[in-house]
Amino acid sequence: MAVTREDVVKVAKLANIAIDETRLDSLALELNAILGHMDELRKVDTARVQTAEGLGSGGQRLRADYGPPDGLASAPATFAPETRDGFVLVPRLATHEGSPERAP
Amino acid sequence: MKAQPARASAAAAKLLAGPLTECVACIREGAAIPADMVSASFDRADEVGAGKDALNIFISTDREGATESAKQLTAHLGRAEPLGNLAGVPVALKDNIATLGMPTTCGSRILEGYVSPYEATVVRRLRANGAVIVGKTNMDEFAMGSSTENSAYGPTRNPVDIRRVPGGSSGGSAAAVAAGIVRLALGSETGGSVRQPASFCGVVGVKPTYGRVSRYGLVAFGSSLDQVGVLGRTVEDASIGMEVISGCDPLDSTSADVPVPRYELEKNAGLKGLVIGKPREYFPDGLDPRIAQECERALDAYRELGATVRDVSLPHTSYSIPVYYIIAPAEASSNLARFDGVRYGLRVLSERGLNGMYEETRARGFGPEVTRRVLLGTYVLSAGYYDAYYKKAQAVRTLIAQDFRDVFASGVDVLFTPTTPTPAFELGAVKDAYEMYLSDIFTASANLAGVPAMSVPIGDAAGLPIGGQIIAPHFGESVMFRAAFGLERALAGNFVPGEQDA
Amino acid sequence: MTAVTEREYEMVVGLEVHVQLKTRTKAFCSCSADFGAPPNTNVCPVCLALPGALPVLNHHAVELAVRAAIALECKVHETSVFARKNYFYPDLPKGYQISQYDKPLAEKGWLTIGELENKTPVRVGITRVHMEEDAGKSVHDRYNGVTAIDLNRAGVPLIEIVSEPDMRSSAEAGAYLRLIKQILSYAGVSDVSMEEGSLRVDANVSARLRGATKLGTKTEIKNVNSFSAVERALDSEFTRQVALLKSGGTVSQQTMLWDGARGETRPSRSKEESHDYRYFPEPDLPPLALDAEWIARVGREIPELPDARRKRLVDEYKITPPDAELLTSSAGFSEYFEAVARASLDPKGAVNWVMGEVSAAVNAAGVHLDEFAVRPADLAELLRMLRDDVVSHTAAKRIFARMVETGKPPVQVAAEEGLQKVDDDSALAGWIDEVLAENPSEAARYRAGETKLQGVLVGLVMKKSKGSADPKKVNQLLPERARGPS
Ligand SMILES: [Zn+2]
Repeated sequence: MAVTREDVVKVAKLANIAIDETRLDSLALELNAILGHMDELRKVDTARVQTAEGLGSGGQRLRADYGPPDGLASAPATFAPETRDGFVLVPRLATHEGSPERAP
Repeated sequence: MKAQPARASAAAAKLLAGPLTECVACIREGAAIPADMVSASFDRADEVGAGKDALNIFISTDREGATESAKQLTAHLGRAEPLGNLAGVPVALKDNIATLGMPTTCGSRILEGYVSPYEATVVRRLRANGAVIVGKTNMDEFAMGSSTENSAYGPTRNPVDIRRVPGGSSGGSAAAVAAGIVRLALGSETGGSVRQPASFCGVVGVKPTYGRVSRYGLVAFGSSLDQVGVLGRTVEDASIGMEVISGCDPLDSTSADVPVPRYELEKNAGLKGLVIGKPREYFPDGLDPRIAQECERALDAYRELGATVRDVSLPHTSYSIPVYYIIAPAEASSNLARFDGVRYGLRVLSERGLNGMYEETRARGFGPEVTRRVLLGTYVLSAGYYDAYYKKAQAVRTLIAQDFRDVFASGVDVLFTPTTPTPAFELGAVKDAYEMYLSDIFTASANLAGVPAMSVPIGDAAGLPIGGQIIAPHFGESVMFRAAFGLERALAGNFVPGEQDA
Repeated sequence: MTAVTEREYEMVVGLEVHVQLKTRTKAFCSCSADFGAPPNTNVCPVCLALPGALPVLNHHAVELAVRAAIALECKVHETSVFARKNYFYPDLPKGYQISQYDKPLAEKGWLTIGELENKTPVRVGITRVHMEEDAGKSVHDRYNGVTAIDLNRAGVPLIEIVSEPDMRSSAEAGAYLRLIKQILSYAGVSDVSMEEGSLRVDANVSARLRGATKLGTKTEIKNVNSFSAVERALDSEFTRQVALLKSGGTVSQQTMLWDGARGETRPSRSKEESHDYRYFPEPDLPPLALDAEWIARVGREIPELPDARRKRLVDEYKITPPDAELLTSSAGFSEYFEAVARASLDPKGAVNWVMGEVSAAVNAAGVHLDEFAVRPADLAELLRMLRDDVVSHTAAKRIFARMVETGKPPVQVAAEEGLQKVDDDSALAGWIDEVLAENPSEAARYRAGETKLQGVLVGLVMKKSKGSADPKKVNQLLPERARGPS
């Protein structure tokens, strides 16, 4: 189950991290080296193991449907990289490039 | 910066070097002033060279804020409500714990300059008990590492020997305590990140039961493994710190509604009748003889104190590293998705629009180890590999947890093991990622099983501290502290843990 | 042409319906779930996904989700598990959506959406009902070259209702959606308004030769904003698929967007990268454990559902089944009807007025029934006035119109407007005399024996009295007043 260069490209895309071309092969090697140790787990018979879902046993505690929420010492506009009129701004998605503009 | 801050009184410096209880008692009686304790802490930092060019213990410090909250404590003194159990005690926080008014960077470029607009539950509890936060300590980026070399803000050095690493990822917190800058610091654990640096720096490090301490405000790495832990000069200091931060939190669904006992009451409980398990998997043939020797000495001390040492087995121990390095990166790959340059932190724009912004922000914001683990975690969760890796690892994790349940059900009260396979190594000495991962070989199982564990200094190898690990059943912190108090007392005088005073 | 070829093919439809639960606060934090606040003001560390924040599930959201699941005949699991669905989108703050994956809240329900001519019920299976959180809002057309993000909606609780591919026509899909909306509205689970976004529909559709057992390749239609648009989009997409298949082509599995203006579906412009959501159990939330007794209690406390109400209205108020059907199409109208019927003791009148005047007035005003000015008690009072002959039918309609405008009770309106029936002889005589004086030629012809003018003259009197005159008395009085004072 060796990790290929293409796998690294695919995974980097999923994780949204730009990887330099020159790093791809060495990353594939590094991941293979690490995952090689993981193959040890195949030796363990887990056919009858009932995997617990999460660590809490009694189920999750729920909260009542009222506020207020935990407060913010400052509004998003004070820490977000770019905002306008309270909105957080990001570059427009490629799929919406053609969207009509509204005059500012 | 310009004005020369007042030098603390010799009395405050002495209190800072002494037990927490003394400091708190003096402050409650008015015999010492909290602001002087802050000064003493900053003086000590200067004295030992905590700065960037030397030990590089802190990512940020806040002398002004600390002095201000110290003054408020003083103003509070005359009032009806008594000051808390940490009144006037300077405390350092690992930089992955959300703190109002101070940066929280997680040792990462991606959070450079980010100041949290809310505060972690553990910090609220510390402040409510009178603690004064003096600074945020250096760490491996997003707690991924075992040496504090993976920090975007440069490595921290071990105060015991500056050529060596302090361990990690809570290296800054361990170094701050070892160097005597604070008596108490918070760290965080995912696979040994409090115990391992505690062992390397010669201090006490505690990882509580999963769910004992709120994670609200602890920046997530591996959510099913993460716990806030404490580093202290002594078992007593650590027990007081643990008591303050423990307890159920409505803001954390995984925090447990289990009463918190008074841990320091275990101080004089004695060890008669205690059954100490010695798991054979933690004492392999190849174990560093210096470590094996100090562990045997500790076990002898236990026997002398009236405890029984029993050979036991935790058969799935050898799988803990592979399991850990699947589950932790898998959870991390998802937990770190929020660092996308949209709402806070670093944003790097690119010609390639939104996707370019995501990819460049994360490429520049994350260091190599974080990138490696995010890719690894993404891989093991991706279609076609989920069952072989993630699901398999969860199943083996269940077996590892079952090992602990079985051994504790068999009448063993606590387990005793070495904390680390080696003493502190030199900076740059461990280059291979997996070799570095093996630093956690004796600690990761406790995180996987969710049981409490702590490291206590038990000796040294040519001046390098060696830690012994005590592991207890779920919510068995009391018996764990009992075993730690006993060991600490029995070994007292045999060595001076991490002592830096000239 | 197409009609002929389409007869050889059958449409197979499965629907995914997202419904916003009617809670005060969000699913995993205590922020207000209300709409309309300025951007990014209903936010907190949790729904902004600040580093270190953690989710805590809203109890009421669970209760509403369970209520919905039971109302849809699902089996609610005592243990269900939240999972993370990982993908990047600027209005998805955590980089994952908390949802449920392989252990959903509830499974295996059904709805009966109608019956065939031979009376066999048409049943649509419900695969699952699971809980999840909503994303924020991305506004693409507000500013030049950038997308504006508002996270007020991020974290609002939703349920997703996934049907089996059991529907065979757009009409069946429409019937299914209307029934879901009706049931969830009755159960008090949601506002179920497509206009306000509290109900959203994605439709999966495929075509296959009639008699085939294997399903064809399906496409998913998004961007539909009304039930009728769903029906039109399904027909249009089916026609496209059949044309493709008939010409020897194959349908490719993709997302289609409905363009209502052009009346056609077109492939979504978003790159069809194979989505790999990397689901795994959400480590921040232990499994959701629900006590069997609690689930049963939630089931018992579900408000009466449409079917039961229809039957009860027929039994209790002796109204016709078609009337009951009409009334129960909306929970609000049937409740309004019952209140009027009980207070007026006139169910027949209540049906007519509620389905007639009330329905028309509410539509004309464009308001919610809750905000409608005429309260059931007042309408009941008006019906009593009618029954007791205090007002004429014409006057009652005028009174009602004033009530709609002013919200005043009918007795007050009648008094203010002088619309109570007047049977006082002298008042009536006065009006009659005036009418005769104002219409001398008609009066003369009437007096000369042209009795067919009686109706015209009575009408003029009624008009003069603004409907308050008792027409019976006017008819009696007119001949003697016309003969002149004796
Ligand atoms: Zn919120």
